[in-house]
Amino acid sequence: MDNVSASITELPPAAPHQHAAPDSFIRNYVFSLDHKVIGKQYLGLGLLAVCTGMFLSWIMRYHLAFPDKPVPLIGLIAPTFAAGGVITPEFYLQLMTMHGTIMVFFVLTTAPFAGFGNFVLPLQVGAEDMAFPRFNMMSFWVTFVAFAVLVAAFFVPDGPPLSGWTAYAPLSAVGKSSGPGEGLGQSLWVVSIAIFCIGQLLGSLNFIATTLDLRAKGMTLARMPYSTWAWFITSIIGLIAFSVLLPACVLLLLDRVAGTSFFIPAGLVVSDALQPHSGGSALLWQHLFWFFGHPEVYIAIVPGFGIISTILPAVCRKPHLGPRVLIACQLAIAGLSYMVWGHHMFLSGMSPMSATLFSVPTLIITIPAAIITLLWLGTIYGSKLRVNTAALFCLGFVSVFVTGGLSGFFLSQPSIDTYLHGTYFVVGHFHFVMGVAAMFGIFAGTYFWFPKMFGRMMNETLGKWHFALTFLGVYATFMPMHWLGLEGNVRRYSSFPSDYMHGSLALHRFITAAALFLGAAQLIFLVNLLWSRLRGPAAPDNPWDATSLEWSTTSPPPFDNFAGVHPVISHGPNEYGVASARGDYIMQTDPPSAAASSAVA
Amino acid sequence: MAPPNPARTGVWVGIGAVIMSFAAYTSAMIVRQGTTPEWHHIALPPILYWNALVLVASSVTLELARQRIGGPFDRLGRTPAVQAAKSREWQFWYRITLVLSVGFLVGQFFAWRRLASEGVYLASSPSGSFFYVLTALHALHVLGGIGALLYALRCLHADDGPRSVNVLGAVAVYWHFMAALWVYLLVILALWI
Repeated sequence: MDNVSASITELPPAAPHQHAAPDSFIRNYVFSLDHKVIGKQYLGLGLLAVCTGMFLSWIMRYHLAFPDKPVPLIGLIAPTFAAGGVITPEFYLQLMTMHGTIMVFFVLTTAPFAGFGNFVLPLQVGAEDMAFPRFNMMSFWVTFVAFAVLVAAFFVPDGPPLSGWTAYAPLSAVGKSSGPGEGLGQSLWVVSIAIFCIGQLLGSLNFIATTLDLRAKGMTLARMPYSTWAWFITSIIGLIAFSVLLPACVLLLLDRVAGTSFFIPAGLVVSDALQPHSGGSALLWQHLFWFFGHPEVYIAIVPGFGIISTILPAVCRKPHLGPRVLIACQLAIAGLSYMVWGHHMFLSGMSPMSATLFSVPTLIITIPAAIITLLWLGTIYGSKLRVNTAALFCLGFVSVFVTGGLSGFFLSQPSIDTYLHGTYFVVGHFHFVMGVAAMFGIFAGTYFWFPKMFGRMMNETLGKWHFALTFLGVYATFMPMHWLGLEGNVRRYSSFPSDYMHGSLALHRFITAAALFLGAAQLIFLVNLLWSRLRGPAAPDNPWDATSLEWSTTSPPPFDNFAGVHPVISHGPNEYGVASARGDYIMQTDPPSAAASSAVA
Repeated sequence: MAPPNPARTGVWVGIGAVIMSFAAYTSAMIVRQGTTPEWHHIALPPILYWNALVLVASSVTLELARQRIGGPFDRLGRTPAVQAAKSREWQFWYRITLVLSVGFLVGQFFAWRRLASEGVYLASSPSGSFFYVLTALHALHVLGGIGALLYALRCLHADDGPRSVNVLGAVAVYWHFMAALWVYLLVILALWI
């Protein structure tokens, strides 16, 4: 590591800032080059997307609970798709497709990775901005256009596609004849996701170059905060994953508009019409999609790992247990994430041998995940926890991640997955491990970094109520889905009014009530965000007594992050529980002598 | 250890992404071929091989231009006359590079015309589909490379300090990669398509 710091000292002094200070409203808030503004823009897009996605889920949940009753108000909002509020099976699938796509791409990818990563990463490594500010700006606006193109599918005659967020071919490839929304709606979906890939590739490129090249003097790799490590690892995963999804989208689009047959098999009859295609492989789409799709799970969750590992030592007031093991485990997860995609395809006619080859690494990947969880528990163990909202969401993250991870053991085994794959068990599993866990990471990050972002503290009382009700709502909503799955309740069906699943209706009603309750609890968060932004008490520079670089500058930071000062780093991010002039911690920018007089508590 | 150079890092990372995407197309092609009992091989238009020579030659001329620009520090102490002479030399090779790069794209266009005249279109056969997809996407990346060459030229004209030299270095890495990628694709096309 000495080599690294030595080479940094040889740098030409104080290269000029990459871009000038913004001098107009447009440059400041719209086409901003500032990573902090771009981070907030991403978070804003995530907030808009999560509200949209959640609204769609309520319509689905209401219909599942009361399949015979029209959904209130929907007849007015969507008179063409749901006349009189009646949800057809096709419209249900369209809602489900859009819910999944919006949540996975525009919430779970944009907020924890692009949103917080953009705002915090350059601050944490001591850079004035990202390596390529113009690419960074393009990355956000490209993503925004992708969102607009996707939502536009609601406003075309046939509506959005119904092929699910995974857009399995040939359903997604043959066009209009395969169902409502499979015409223009599905084309918009493919174009939107392709554009989204370009945005995320630009973002990943920036994250990697910034982390490798723009670290402040003394910021060796070993001294990088855990959240920066997590975003760095995520950007590598994203770079590889989106580079594969983009070609898949190109080929799918060609099948749809240019008459090629990449994914459409010969002799396919859809809606009584023989399709003019030959010899394509529907499975090829699944392979390309899941080669992206499984790493995507880690794109959503690894930033959460980093956020939790950054917040936990600050609220526990002791060093994170096993910091190098923590990073090694995340690297192992990143590597293994490319060897497990086939476990999404156990039911695709895969040979038992192949299934075993995908099942074994799936089980192995739980080992680094379990080690990380144990490191968190070890860090919490015996600590004097400062119980604030960020800390509560960290604990909640550990809880929902473990709950979701445990059901993964069942699903990773082909013989058990054969029964459970098409059921609500899987819905419960991925909502816990990917959806809710990543959301808890987002919430923890919001409560933790809001003071730095806006210079105001969030309301802790509202925050704790938000946590308690959300935690309750999450378990009440998604836990019973495991039971439904074990009962054999199939997923992706719009209703179960008169068949063998009729007995599960009461439980569906309970889940719907819980989902609406969970949604209502989020109003507390929205009120807190708005109120704190406008009326919250002024935030000090370092409200959490944390060690990393972003807390050494003002709240909010100036345009060039450190007001022209080039920070010099003498410590790692893990110096908690040590006696120093500051109290029980040493900041990364403190002089080296601060460590000499310290004693480990 | 070389000092950090974000432009170069960025280009290498970008190349990683391009490699991944062409790996995806290649594996898709292999899988797709496996699902078709009869995979009609296409006789490649000979101009494709000449195009490969043109693109590799453009890489060489770009290096000749770069050698004549040199680093910003090795010009210190030279007389203005020597500097002006060197400037004329690199601009000459740079222009040759640009001409060759456009020549490559024109050559690819003729290859597409040739295949179309033989009745091979994007949707007419699976091998034709992959031929057009792979060559068109490579051409699109080359077009981006030409844009980057023009951008580097603008930087050099504005200021031939270390920043411009860094930009040119990064663009050159990408440009050489384009030639290497085309050689790879040509092998794939000759063997599979």
